[in-house]
Amino acid sequence: MTYTTLAITLIFVLIPLLLSKTLKLELEKDVTIATIRSIIQLLAVGYILKFVFDSESFLYIGLMVLLMVVAATNNARKKGNNIKGIIWKVALTLISVEIVTQSILLGFGIVPPTAQYIISISGMIIGNSMVLSILFLNRFKAELDNSQDQVQLFLSLGATPKQAIHRQLIDAIKASMIPTIESQKTMGLVQLPGMMSGQIIAGADPLQAVQFQLLILFLLLTTAAMTSVILGFLVYPTLFNKQMQFLKFM
Amino acid sequence: MTYAISFENIYFTVKDRHILNNITGNIEKGKITALVGPSGAGKSTLLKMCNGLLSPTSGHIFIDGDPITSYEPTLLRRKVGFALQNAPMIRETVYDNINLPYALNDKTISEQEAIDFLELVGLHESFLHTSIDDLSGGERQRVSLARTLVPQSDILLLDEITSALDEQSMLDIEQLIIHLKNEKNLTIIWITHQMEQAKRCADNIWVLMDGKLEEIGSSAILSHSANERVEQFLHGGVK
Repeated sequence: MTYTTLAITLIFVLIPLLLSKTLKLELEKDVTIATIRSIIQLLAVGYILKFVFDSESFLYIGLMVLLMVVAATNNARKKGNNIKGIIWKVALTLISVEIVTQSILLGFGIVPPTAQYIISISGMIIGNSMVLSILFLNRFKAELDNSQDQVQLFLSLGATPKQAIHRQLIDAIKASMIPTIESQKTMGLVQLPGMMSGQIIAGADPLQAVQFQLLILFLLLTTAAMTSVILGFLVYPTLFNKQMQFLKFM
Repeated sequence: MTYAISFENIYFTVKDRHILNNITGNIEKGKITALVGPSGAGKSTLLKMCNGLLSPTSGHIFIDGDPITSYEPTLLRRKVGFALQNAPMIRETVYDNINLPYALNDKTISEQEAIDFLELVGLHESFLHTSIDDLSGGERQRVSLARTLVPQSDILLLDEITSALDEQSMLDIEQLIIHLKNEKNLTIIWITHQMEQAKRCADNIWVLMDGKLEEIGSSAILSHSANERVEQFLHGGVK
């Protein structure tokens, strides 16, 4: 694609701007800022990635992954600001998921150990893990808000904190995983995954693209399960003090 | 003399507000102590402290002469049973709720034993496998009380356990509580908003107002108190 054709694609920005203006949606400013930011951010990332790919240095690959973890942690932690140590809990979750999944991918030789693969896949893993963290924290908070009486009942009968919070924890873990599982059920029927479409557009063999997409889908299942479970088990003890009293923390 | 529970200069403060303000007093063993006072006086807070669900901001609580902090929390809560206000239930059936104290110890209560507890609180055995969604408010309170009795605690904390019951059911539960006290020498602290109930059942009365223990005495203080504020409360001047 040339820069001229890229410029023509701005028509797709003009349409929402015109609609906003005509219907007085007052979204012109947001659409403009979003467009400018996405152009600057993506171009910057493009140049950085080109530099890192060309260098073939594991130090730069590591720094890129670290940058992703920091940005994702900073975004996800906002949903659990009142949880003690939320930053390192989210960071530890993301890093654990990244290490486990990349170890399997590289250890079994499923993908080659190049910057191109490691960084692209890390972006998907960490991004998905971040969304899962946010979903989990939101749901866990809602579960606790709705069932403080239940938690208190369990504790009053001599339950341990883990017993007292078990149902809410499991429900939040399950609920945060459901979107990943459900979207996989309709994959290919309702939607063609962006990455697969991208590969096909770039001229890859559709069957190869499908194989790679399947790898990513399975990877995201593990990411979803690991993120919710690790974060859940890191977060729930902070709901209680040493006297096993329930703290309204969120 | 060793008391079932002793409070020494108990304060409980939330955001500079004293929910409990210098509570000092002893709960006698084998007696029913009624905790009365206007809404927001700190009665439920004090009760939660006895079961270790809350800790005082300052002051000391002793259970059977030992500092409450010396008890392992889960063991303390089995020793001091608590029937919570609103009678929260777990899913699905009455049996699941009666079994809960056992389930927390990886055990299962036999159906016959569960039925015995139900009958103790005046519920027919046919309720055993009833869904909790099909229970009336009064039936929930009875199930909650039965569940509190399962661990065979030495001390029972009752937070308005008859508020959803009709007159006859309330009198039945009162008789049951008095019977349990006499039969098993239980120590009972009972929060009630009904002065007549306190008169009928309690050996001792504690009047809490604005977080302060205004008066301790026999049920006679509910008819006439020398304390002006308590007198005002008893005659409906303070809600």
